[in-house]
Amino acid sequence: MSDSTSLSPPDPASRNAGPENAGPDNAGHDKAGPGDAPPARQPMTPPSPADADILARAQAGDHHAFAQLYSLHKRRIYSLCLRMVGNVAEAEDLTQEAFLQLHRKIGTFRGDSAFSTWLHRLAINVVLMQLRKKGLSLISLDEAMEPAPEEGPGRSFGAPDPTLSGAIDRLALQRAVASLPAGYRLIFILHDIEGFEHNEIATMLDCSIGNSKSQLHKARLKLRDALRISPQQEVRP
Amino acid sequence: MNHPEEMSCAEFQSQLPELIGSGKIDSNHPHLKDCALCQALLADLETIAEAARQLFPIEDPPPKLWEKIETALKNEEGSGPLPGNDPGTAPEIS
Repeated sequence: MSDSTSLSPPDPASRNAGPENAGPDNAGHDKAGPGDAPPARQPMTPPSPADADILARAQAGDHHAFAQLYSLHKRRIYSLCLRMVGNVAEAEDLTQEAFLQLHRKIGTFRGDSAFSTWLHRLAINVVLMQLRKKGLSLISLDEAMEPAPEEGPGRSFGAPDPTLSGAIDRLALQRAVASLPAGYRLIFILHDIEGFEHNEIATMLDCSIGNSKSQLHKARLKLRDALRISPQQEVRP
Repeated sequence: MNHPEEMSCAEFQSQLPELIGSGKIDSNHPHLKDCALCQALLADLETIAEAARQLFPIEDPPPKLWEKIETALKNEEGSGPLPGNDPGTAPEIS
């Protein structure tokens, strides 16, 4: 069996190389790669003075500074939206709405959390509102945050499909992620794809760290099931 | 609670979210040493997490998006051109 520490968050810097990483978007992310063990749990990195200055000027109504904020954060926010809705046009609309809301609300940011975390939370709310408007039949984030008795601790999991550990079909996994309930999908994307840590996710989603861990685990189990891992009740007595 | 080596699969799996989430699990966990079922479960979850990282590359929004946002901001503010930018071009931060 390979080292299970690769279940830890990926290294966002390796995937998100670009201007964003010069700014507060980097705050709070692991710097450890998938092979490092144990995963680094570093405190959030404060924004650089230049980034803080941009933020302060944007809060004061400087449009150029706001445009700079857009440049710093557009990729992360757009990618989050795209991953959540899986549709380019819709992701663009959601990104636009997120930045319009940012423009309206930026004066209320008080620095209690990293700006990137705050902005992500704002974007997440925009995405979830859109999903709800569409009459999403999938469970909501709130529902995802509630314990589901049928999926709670003690559930037994069966022997794996032997094909899974070899390679996962990319399209099958994409479909499986897309079919996750919105709440699970969001936590899975934030942690396993975007590389946020559980404490950051907890801050963004107003839930406990334990809840974030639990929901991520359930999301992965759902993906495992979706990838045709037949559950069996075969457990050690 | 049983000692780790005496855990049932259900007990072990109930602890998995915390063990994985806190990075406190590896193949030397006492339960895993002689439980092929849970070894396979963990391997599957690991495979899924690894595959997911390759799944969605981070992408840039199209340049036109900034134009749309700028236009919407102008409409919201009812003001003239927003200073500091060429139309439709978000500044690049180096």
